[in-house]
Amino acid sequence: MTVNGWIQILLFVLLVAAVTRPLGGFMTRVFNGERSFLSSLLRPIERGLYRLAGVDEAAEQHWTAYAVSMLLFSAAGMAVLYLMQRLQGVLPFNPTGMAAVPADLAFNTAASFTTNTNWQNYGGESTMSHLVQMAGLTFHNYVSAATGTALAVALVRGFARASARTVGNFWVDLTRCTLYVLLPLCVVYALFLVWQGVPQTLGAYAEATTLEGAKQTLALGPVASQEAIKMLGTNGGGFFNANSAHPFENPNALTNLVQMVSIFALGAGLTNLFGRMVGDERQGWAILAAMGVLFLAGVTVAYWAEAQGNPAFAALGIDPAAGNMEGKETRFGIASSALFATVTTAASCGAVNAMHDSFTPLGGMVPLVNIMLGEVIVGGVGAGLYGMLLFVIIALFVAGLMVGRTPEYLGKKLEAKEVKMTMLAILCMPLMMLGLTAAAVVTDTGVASMANAGPHGFTEVLYAYVSGAGNNGSAFAGLSGNTPWYNLTLGLDMLVGRFLVIVPMLAIAGSLAAKRRAAASAGTFPTHDALFVGLLVGVILIVGGLTFFPALALGPLVEHLAMNAGTLF
Amino acid sequence: MHTVPKDRKRSPVATVLDPAILGPALAESVRKLDPRLMIRNPVMFCVEVVAALTTLLFLRDLATGAGGIGFALQIVVWLWFTVLFANVAEAIAEGRGKAQAATLRKARTENSARLLGPDGAVVQLVPATSLKPGDLVLVEAGDLVPSDGEVIEGVASVNEAAITGESAPVIRESGGDRSAVTGGTQVISDWIKVRITAAPGSTFLDRMIALVEGAQRQKTPNEIALNILLAGMTIIFVIAVATIPGFAAYAGGSVGVLVLVALFVTLIPTTIGALLSAIGIAGMDRLVRFNVLAMSGRAVEAAGDVDTLLLDKTGTITLGNRQAAEFLPVSGVSERDLADAAQLASLADETPEGRSIVVLAKEAYGIRGREMAELHAHFIPFSAQTRISGIDGDIGGGGISVRKGAVDAVLAHVQGSARSAAVGRGGTVAAVRPGPAVAAAEQELTAIAERVANAGGTPLAVARDGRLLGIVHLKDIVKGGIRERFAALRQMGIRTVMITGDNPMTAAAIAAEAGVDDFLAQATPEAKLQLIRDEQAKGKLVAMCGDGTNDAPALAQADVGVAMNTGTMAAREAGNMVDLDSDPTKLIEIVEIGKQLLMTRGALTTFSIANDVAKYFAIIPAMFLAFYPQLQALNVMGLASPQSAILSAIIFNALIIVALIPLSLKGVRYRAVGAAALLRRNLLVYGLGGLAVPFAGIKAIDVIVTTIGLV
Repeated sequence: MTVNGWIQILLFVLLVAAVTRPLGGFMTRVFNGERSFLSSLLRPIERGLYRLAGVDEAAEQHWTAYAVSMLLFSAAGMAVLYLMQRLQGVLPFNPTGMAAVPADLAFNTAASFTTNTNWQNYGGESTMSHLVQMAGLTFHNYVSAATGTALAVALVRGFARASARTVGNFWVDLTRCTLYVLLPLCVVYALFLVWQGVPQTLGAYAEATTLEGAKQTLALGPVASQEAIKMLGTNGGGFFNANSAHPFENPNALTNLVQMVSIFALGAGLTNLFGRMVGDERQGWAILAAMGVLFLAGVTVAYWAEAQGNPAFAALGIDPAAGNMEGKETRFGIASSALFATVTTAASCGAVNAMHDSFTPLGGMVPLVNIMLGEVIVGGVGAGLYGMLLFVIIALFVAGLMVGRTPEYLGKKLEAKEVKMTMLAILCMPLMMLGLTAAAVVTDTGVASMANAGPHGFTEVLYAYVSGAGNNGSAFAGLSGNTPWYNLTLGLDMLVGRFLVIVPMLAIAGSLAAKRRAAASAGTFPTHDALFVGLLVGVILIVGGLTFFPALALGPLVEHLAMNAGTLF
Repeated sequence: MHTVPKDRKRSPVATVLDPAILGPALAESVRKLDPRLMIRNPVMFCVEVVAALTTLLFLRDLATGAGGIGFALQIVVWLWFTVLFANVAEAIAEGRGKAQAATLRKARTENSARLLGPDGAVVQLVPATSLKPGDLVLVEAGDLVPSDGEVIEGVASVNEAAITGESAPVIRESGGDRSAVTGGTQVISDWIKVRITAAPGSTFLDRMIALVEGAQRQKTPNEIALNILLAGMTIIFVIAVATIPGFAAYAGGSVGVLVLVALFVTLIPTTIGALLSAIGIAGMDRLVRFNVLAMSGRAVEAAGDVDTLLLDKTGTITLGNRQAAEFLPVSGVSERDLADAAQLASLADETPEGRSIVVLAKEAYGIRGREMAELHAHFIPFSAQTRISGIDGDIGGGGISVRKGAVDAVLAHVQGSARSAAVGRGGTVAAVRPGPAVAAAEQELTAIAERVANAGGTPLAVARDGRLLGIVHLKDIVKGGIRERFAALRQMGIRTVMITGDNPMTAAAIAAEAGVDDFLAQATPEAKLQLIRDEQAKGKLVAMCGDGTNDAPALAQADVGVAMNTGTMAAREAGNMVDLDSDPTKLIEIVEIGKQLLMTRGALTTFSIANDVAKYFAIIPAMFLAFYPQLQALNVMGLASPQSAILSAIIFNALIIVALIPLSLKGVRYRAVGAAALLRRNLLVYGLGGLAVPFAGIKAIDVIVTTIGLV
C-alpha cells in the first residue's frame, strides 16, 4: 500500500461526500414536484408526456397500485427487449449483421437489464446490434435506474408521511427521475467522456493496420452515451466485453475517477433526499455513514490484499513489492483497481476496470461480500437505499427494544407487518445465492462451466449467483455463463433478487405511510448518531453477512489459506 | 433511578431455585414437549424437530452398530436439554403466578347468595355461581360478597384482603365513587344490597386468577413481531445449513447430519426463543407482585412507550392533606391572637387540616392544647352548606364564638352575626351597614386571601365573636422527592401533566414547585378526555389513573389507564390495569416495569444474535477440517478436536439458556438516563458481551469436555 494509493481513495471519498448534498437537494425538489432550474425547459416536455400516456400527475397511488404499475412496466420492458434481441437480424441499425440472439441468452439478457443487473453472458461488440445496444439496453439502463429510484422515494414517503393512503405515483416518479435527473446528467457526462476520448458513433467498426502490418478491427459505436448511464444508473453493462478496463470505455485516470464517483453519486444523493424528506438531514448522513464504514473496511481489505500479492510471485522472479497486478490495467494500478472493484460491487453497478477473478482470494472476497450484504453500501440507484432501510428496520427491531420502547424509526412504529415483509425481502437473498450455487456445484453442467478447479471454481459460481441476486452484474470472470443452465438460473436469480425484494418493500412503504407519527422525546431511540451507525453496521455484518460464512470458508477463505501454503487453483 | 419505595408492600420474590416452584416446573417442562404446545414457539419447535430427527438417526446407528455412538448420544441428549431448558424457563415463570393463583382461589370458595326479589325482599338462597348480571343480592356482616357488583343501598365495611392483601377494612356505600364491591371480599359490619354486574366465570377474581396463572396469555403485538423476526432468521439459517452438503460434495467431502444439526441449532436464535415467553410472563408477574393487574400484555408494552403521564395533584403530587403554614392577621390583630383563635376553632376538628393548625399554633407560639370540656364548648362541625366550623363556649365566664372556614363563608357569617346583633338591638335590617373599620378589615382579608391563593395555598378565614381576625395559610405539601422523580421522567422522555380542580393560579404555583411539565387546572372529566385526545393526536401515548365513574371515558381513551381498586366498577372496566393498592403514584413504576420488559426482550435478542459469531468459528473449521485442513486457521479458540468443538458449542448453547433464566425473570435493570445512554450501556453489555462471552464459554467447556474425556 502506498501513500499515493490512499490519497486516491481519500480523494474519491471527499468527492462523493461533496456531491451528496447538492444532488440530494436537487432530487428532493424533483420528486416533490417543486420547481428547479431545469423546470422551464423540461416542464412542458413532462406535461406533454403525461398527456400522451394519459397519466394524471396529481393522482397518487396506493402501494398496491404503485407495485402493479411497476411490475407491468418492467414486464413489458423485458418482453420488448427479449423480442428485439430475437429479431435484431431483421431490424435496422445492424451494420455488422449480427444474427438473432439465442432464446436462453436473450431471456438472460432481458432479465439482466430489466433488473438493473446488467450481467452479460455475451460480448457486446460481437453479439448485439446498435439498435439493441441503444434502444434496448440503454433504454433499460435509464428506466431500470429510474424505477429503482422511484421505489426508494416511495419508501421514503412511507417514512415521511403520516396517516396517508398513498405513496406517490409510479409513472410520475419514473418520468421525473429520467427526465430531470438521469438525462441531463448523462448528456453532460457523455460529452465529458467524448472529450476524454471515448467514441460516440453510429458508423461501422474501423479497420486499422497494426505496427506489424496485420489488420485489426476496432469495434466502435455509441459508447460514451451508454457509458454515462452505465455508471450513473449503476447498471454496469459495458459496450465492450472488457467493460471499463477497455481504453475506449475508460481511457485514463481522470475518467476512471469520475466513473467511480458517478457510480456512488446518485445513491449517496438519495440518502440526503431521505434525510430531507423525513425532515432531518442527519438521518440521511447516519445512513450514509454506515455505508461509508462498510465501504472503507472493504477498500482497506481489498487494497491490502492486492498490495500483498501472492507469495508464489517471488518464486517466479516477480518483485513482490509490485503486488498483484494480474488482471489489472497498468494505467490504473493496484489502488484504483481495488477501489473500483469495491465501489462497483458496493453499489450494485458491476462495471469493472480489472478482472475480479484475478484478484487474490481475499481481494476477490471483498466484492463478493459487498454483494452478499445485500447491495446496501450505497447500493444500486434506489435499491441501495431501500435495501439499507430494510436493514435499519431489522437493526431497530433487534436492538430498539433496549431503550425500553417498542421499536420505532422516525416516529413510525415497527410492528409485525413491517417485520414480516422485511424478512420476506431479506430471505430471498440467501435462498437464491446459496441455493442456486449449491445446485450448480453438484451438477455436471454447472461444474463444466468453471474455468478453475477447487475453491476458486466454487467462488466463480458463487460469485455469479451472488452477483445476479444482488442485481450487481459484475462477473468474477472465468465462468462460461452462456449455457442454457446458467442463462436460465441466473435469469431467475436476477428476477427474484429484484422483484421479490421490491414488492414486500412497497408493502412496508404503504403500511408506514398509513401510520401515525409518534412524537420524538429523550426516550426515543436516537438514529442519527455514531452509536446507531455502529449498531447498523454490526447488524448488517451479522445478519446479512454471517449467513454466507460457510460458503466463504469453502471459497475465498480456504483458497487464501491454501495460497499462503503454496497451493494455487 | 428510584426503585420501588421500600415501605410498599410487595409479595416476596420467589427465587429461581425455590423448590416449591422448581419441582413442578421440571415436570411441567416435560409436558410442554407436546408438539402442539411447542409450535407456539417456532424457534424451539425447530429444535425439537431436529432433536427428534437425530434421535431416530441415533437409534438407527445403534441398531446397525455404526461407530461414533457415544458422540452422537451426547449431541442428542444436549439437543433435548436445549428444548427442556426453554420449557423450564417458561414453567418457572408460570409457576410463580400459579402460586399466587392458588391463594386467590381460596377466596372463591363455593358460597351462596341471598337473592332478592324486585320488591327487595329475600327470595331464596342460591349458589353464588348462578348469579347473573342485574340480580340483586343482600350481603350482611360475615358474608362473602358473592360476585362483582354495585352497592345500591346501604353502607358497610368490607375486608378486601383476598384481592389486595390489605387487611384494613374499607367502606363501601351506595352512590359516589366507592360503590363497587368485588366478589370474594368479606363484609365485616352492617349490610349492603348489591346489584350484580359480572357474568358467572368472568368476575374480577376469575380474571385475576386467569391473569396471574397466564392461562389466557396471548402473545403481545411486539412478541408476535419478534417471533416473526426469529422465525425468519431461522429460515435463513435453514438455507445456510441446507446448502452446506452441496458445497461439501463439490469439495470432495461430506458433512454428517449430526454436525449440520449442531450448526443449525447453535445458529438459530435459541437463547431469545427459549426465554421470550418467560420474559413476558415475568413482566406481568412483576406487575402482579406490585399489586397491579394488567388486563393484557399489550397494556404492559404500551406502558413502556408512554410519552405523557397525567397525574392527579392530590395524593400523587401533593400529600392528600393541606397543612397550616402560617397565620396572616389583618391589621390590628396580632399573629398570636389569630393563632389562638384558630387553635380554639380547631380543637375539636379531627380533619388533618384542623390538626395541622393546632400543631402550628403550638410550634410557632407555644399555645398549648386545651380541653373542650374545660371550655364548656360545643363543636360546630363543618358542613357542605355552611362551609365553616368552630366552637361556641365560654372562657373565664365570657361567652366566646370562634369560626373558621372558606373566606366568603366566613365573611357571610360575620355579616350575618352583625345583622342579627343589630336586629336584636331593634334596628332594621336595611339600616345595618358595616362600619368603615369593618369594611377595611374585609378588604384586607380578601387581599390576603388572594395572595395566599396565588401562591398555591388555600386561605382559611378566622373570625372571633363576629370580628375578622385574619387568614390561616393552608398549604398543599408537595411530596418529598417527587421533584427529582419528575426530573428523572423528563430524562426518560416522559412529560408529566398535573391534573387538578384548583384554579389556574394555584395550580401554576404547585406545578412549579413540584416540577411537572404542564398542568390542567379546573379540570373537568371532559377537559381531561380532551387533553388525552390532543396528546394522542400529537402522536403521544398517554397514561393516567382514575377512580370515579366520570373518569371512565378518559381511562378508556388513555393508552394506559390504571383504575384504582377503590374506584367504581365503571372505572375498573374502562382501564386496562387495576391498581389493587389504589396508589396513583404507581403509574411511574408501571411505566418502568413496561420499559424493563421491553428492554429485557431487546437485550436478550441482541445477545442471542451476537452469539452466532463465536459459534461459527467453533463449528465451521470442525465441519470442513476433514477435506480442507487449512481451515484449522479459523479455529481461533484453539478447540481441541472437531468433535469437542461441536459438542462444546451445543453445550454452551443449551447452558446459556439456563444461565439467563434469572435475568429473564428479574428483568434488565432500568435506569432513567435517556435513550442514548441506555442504549450505549446495553449495547456494550449485551451486544459486545454477546460477541465475547461465547468465545470464552465455548473454550472453557471445550477444556472441560476434553479433560473429563467426553470425546
